[in-house]
Amino acid sequence: MNVPNDLLYTEEHEWVRKESDDTVVIGITAFAAEQLGAVVYVELPAEGDAVAKGDSVGQVESTKSVSDIYAPLSGTVLEVNSALEDAPEQINAGPYEDGWLFKLRLESPAELEELMPGQAYADHIADD
Amino acid sequence: MTEATQDAGATLRRTPLYAAHVRAGGQMVPFAGWDMPVQYKGAGLEVEHRATREAAGLFDVSHMGEVVIEGPGAEDEVDRLVTADVRRLGDGDATYALLCHPDGGVVDDLYVYRLGAERFLLVVNAANVDKDVAHMKAHAADPARIVDRSDDFAQIALQGPRAAEILAAVADGEACDLPRNHIRVHDFRGAPLLVATTGYTGEAGFEIYTPPEVAEDLWNALLQAGEPLGARPVGLGARDTLRLEMAYALYGHELRDDINPYEGRVGWAVKLDGRDFVGRDALTAIRAEGASRRLVGLHMVDRGIARAGYPVVYEGAVVGEITSGTQSPSLGQPIALALVPKALAKVGTTVDVDVRGRTRRAEVVRLPFLTVPGGK
Repeated sequence: MNVPNDLLYTEEHEWVRKESDDTVVIGITAFAAEQLGAVVYVELPAEGDAVAKGDSVGQVESTKSVSDIYAPLSGTVLEVNSALEDAPEQINAGPYEDGWLFKLRLESPAELEELMPGQAYADHIADD
Repeated sequence: MTEATQDAGATLRRTPLYAAHVRAGGQMVPFAGWDMPVQYKGAGLEVEHRATREAAGLFDVSHMGEVVIEGPGAEDEVDRLVTADVRRLGDGDATYALLCHPDGGVVDDLYVYRLGAERFLLVVNAANVDKDVAHMKAHAADPARIVDRSDDFAQIALQGPRAAEILAAVADGEACDLPRNHIRVHDFRGAPLLVATTGYTGEAGFEIYTPPEVAEDLWNALLQAGEPLGARPVGLGARDTLRLEMAYALYGHELRDDINPYEGRVGWAVKLDGRDFVGRDALTAIRAEGASRRLVGLHMVDRGIARAGYPVVYEGAVVGEITSGTQSPSLGQPIALALVPKALAKVGTTVDVDVRGRTRRAEVVRLPFLTVPGGK
């Protein structure tokens, strides 16, 4: 399973990529995308939304199920990947690239330290 | 991300094909007390769905319940339990039917096969076997005659445009050439198969009742014959999308103890005339008055997928609910069934669906959602 080492992860199968000291890109992992199956619909937060770590901020839907997207960190939504509206399959094709979900300006960058590095996440999904 | 999963606490039962599913990469999930494949790795719901529509799908439906009613008076016994007129059936004929409560609510939907003059096979939903047997015993003239034979049968469904040639390559027999709603005995390596021209996909095909001990050999033989033609094993995920495209009812969703056949679009399976059966008086009254609710098909006008349990809203008030909803793999758009007041059941009516707190517009459309060329 593809678990890039330069990203941080949550137990809920989101990944976080640092873009600057206080901005990050967020998506779901290849493991999550495979578990979900072909993504057919994505509900994203709105730009400008204030989100708290752990909030349900949207949903990713496959034909058979709906999965919540949880905010892995607290902050303000800077940008959402609106291309997913017409091409949700980008999440399966490139979960770490074109399948990114939204960008966040962090309220408290220290929260980053609570996320898992790649190896810990790889161990986590091996236990699943 | 989290995904709602069914209760996995209790010990799950395994069908005779469990090992075959695991070997084929089946993702096993709890369903009605059974450990069943929802889809197969390397394929997935959409691929399995398409294979069934374009070639053939092979489904393990061994979890279904089989009740045999036989002996002198069996025909009268079955006739007083189900909504269909089983006295019309000849040997080897089959019919869709319902078990109803005295108040007209649906206990279960089922298939009735007349295997012989005084021998009937009733195939019921896995989740309802105990409830159905108790209901039938409570209303039977001779309760001892209602025998749960579920452990004596495995069941494999073979569905799709190539199903007949695949079956003929493995267990040739009369059913290969028959229209829908018949059942014949085929021979498979010396073992008797009951092969019915019935199904739950809208495609031509078969439901095959087999002794459990030959189920895996039969499954492998059908796959071996079918794979070069594009056939695949299909999990519960695509079984649901295939039936929903045809607007076939799923018990617990479109049919329930508190939904009657006229509300659930299966009034055609109720034969009132010249018969007496459980629920007849209530159903006669409901039919005369007209059902107050109707099951309708919905297409989404706004973006979003309406799913089971979501409220249907009209002019700001909750008036009904979605009974099943998904993204249709064949149509590439969301489809849903909903139970709504009769006044809103007309094709072209627009209603709202509360999709997790967001209001999404939907339109009542003609059913089924999909027309299957060459289907039955």
